[in-house]
Amino acid sequence: MKRFLTGLQVAPRLGALALVLPLLAFVTLSFVVPLATLLGKSAYQPEVSQVFPDTMEALAGWDGEGLPPEAAFAAIAGELAQALEERSLPRVSGAINRVQSGMRGVLNRTARRLERTEFAGTWRDTLTGIHRDWQEPATWQAIRQAGARFTSRHYLQALDLERKEDGSIGLRPDESRVYTPLMWRTLLVSLGVTLLSLLIGYPIAYMIANSPPKRSRLLLLLVLVPFWTSLLVRTTAWIVLLQRQGVINGLLVSLGILPDDARLQMIYNMTGTFVAMTHVLLPFMVLPLYSVMRSIPSSHMPAAISLGASPLKAFRRVYLPQTMPGIGAGSLLVFILAIGYYITPALVGGRTGELISSQIAYHVQTSLNWGLAAALSSILLIAVTVLYLIYSRVIGVERMRLG
Amino acid sequence: MRIMPGRRLGRYGFNAYCIAGFVFLLAPILVIVPLSFNAEPYFTFTEGMLRLDPEAWSLRWYNAILDDEAWSRALVNSLLIGVTATILATTLGTLAALGLASPSMPGRNLVTAVLISPMITPIIIVAVGVFFFYSSLGLAQTHAGLILAHAALGAPFVVITVTATLAGFDRTVMRAAASLGAGPLRRFFRIQLPLIAPGVFSGGLFAFAASFDEVVVVLFLGGLEQRTIPRQMWAGIREQISPAILALAVFLIAFAVLVLLTVEWLRNRSSSAQG
Repeated sequence: MKRFLTGLQVAPRLGALALVLPLLAFVTLSFVVPLATLLGKSAYQPEVSQVFPDTMEALAGWDGEGLPPEAAFAAIAGELAQALEERSLPRVSGAINRVQSGMRGVLNRTARRLERTEFAGTWRDTLTGIHRDWQEPATWQAIRQAGARFTSRHYLQALDLERKEDGSIGLRPDESRVYTPLMWRTLLVSLGVTLLSLLIGYPIAYMIANSPPKRSRLLLLLVLVPFWTSLLVRTTAWIVLLQRQGVINGLLVSLGILPDDARLQMIYNMTGTFVAMTHVLLPFMVLPLYSVMRSIPSSHMPAAISLGASPLKAFRRVYLPQTMPGIGAGSLLVFILAIGYYITPALVGGRTGELISSQIAYHVQTSLNWGLAAALSSILLIAVTVLYLIYSRVIGVERMRLG
Repeated sequence: MRIMPGRRLGRYGFNAYCIAGFVFLLAPILVIVPLSFNAEPYFTFTEGMLRLDPEAWSLRWYNAILDDEAWSRALVNSLLIGVTATILATTLGTLAALGLASPSMPGRNLVTAVLISPMITPIIIVAVGVFFFYSSLGLAQTHAGLILAHAALGAPFVVITVTATLAGFDRTVMRAAASLGAGPLRRFFRIQLPLIAPGVFSGGLFAFAASFDEVVVVLFLGGLEQRTIPRQMWAGIREQISPAILALAVFLIAFAVLVLLTVEWLRNRSSSAQG
């Protein structure tokens, strides 16, 4: 009997789990594992040590001062030739070059000349004969650093930190900081967009929630049309409106408000990013606000006013506090979406309106510095995860609604 | 209630502010429609257009879109990837939502958080991660890779909408069916599925719309053979923006309105079905 009862409790659990498992496995394989791979790339760099295993071994006992032993010269000569043959040289020399610029040239030239060069008695003399940088300790330090399997280099770079001569970690000089200012800018833009959406979205949501049913439905549809319209269409719309030869400038010029040669630059800069992002994210603010406001009885405000409160006071003391869950949900959602936004800033932001996401894309596609891209992504991902946890704690994932 | 003049002024001011908000939301989308009929390759209203001169209006950009093979290939790709990803996401998502709705589901919050996470993760990170990982599996620049990625991105929408529908689902109906001798499969297909169908369908629409509008993953993972409509638009906006883009945008706006009305209709149906 007892076994029968526990069996009854276990069966539905297994049943529920069996239903969830396919999607869980699918999401893990097609989403969680790729993210883990990405995070791994930010600290794990097996490429160089895979191609230069003997060199790394020979360098293991080297103290970093002066030149490494002859064994290291011999090892790298052999492995360079092999890498050239196996076509893995460009990848490896690129990786070492990112640690110290100029190394690409040293390695490529050495590898190509080795074959035609006469052996000069020692590998050290042979290599130095091909390129004098082989007698620089810095060359070997770069190889050793790039050959380490695990590195904090990418995170240091992403946070604009550097290892000083004495081994301590400190901030880079002001003028060579790239990523921290960009992170600040991303945060500020996200905050600004959130605030702007709240300022525009709050009254809109109020109006929808407090109109007669028929009109309320129509107004809600007016918010849902942009929500459903393709992101690229909406971004294109702003290009059409804001560009120098666009609708707004054309209107201002034809009305004589602006001379033809003083058209406003409203796009491909921060203004463009701001306006277009607010437009795209506004529905995500209006919808949670509306769903909270709908449940607030419309009699509360008049009741407060009839008890002697001014309309402003009635709003501030009675209505506003009740909408706080909506404000929280909408703001967090807009902020989370804004902080990782890519398409709109990339299309209408220009140089001055780009956000951290543009740098991630740049390092993946153009500079091919995947470690740095991964480190920047990880930092962004951590920020979003923290916000998401707050969201699910405070608001609850299950209360997330669509449309 | 007596309305004082100051208060009435305040009300007018409030309404004007709200209307300005709605204009901000809708004007950019509405402006595109007339401009797509421009006879000139400009993005402003020409004088002729304002005078309603028929010469200044034309369908040339619509013809340009319809004649260009690149766009029809992109449409085929978008549909192929979108529909397959939607089927995958809807099937898996509905099953998962059914499991999550069961009161005996262990670790529900954690599992829900994992299943929803693709929706919240910045798309650029998803794209980069998927690009690294799928490349190592040989799935980069294949339709299969994009379908898998889009299905993962679309599944949360299905989970959320079906979960919401199930919240209003009356479980006694299922027990009644069981007492009448219907087996679990039969109960599901004959009773539960028809009742939650609107939620499933609108979740699927969300998933399809998400895939149909997705460009960042396609940018990283797709090759020339996988160019979708948004990818083609991206190229058009970046390289040489021509009013042909506006003609296409009008099609996409019409599509959005259609999807929106369908979802609203389904929502009304499902809420009236539950009484």
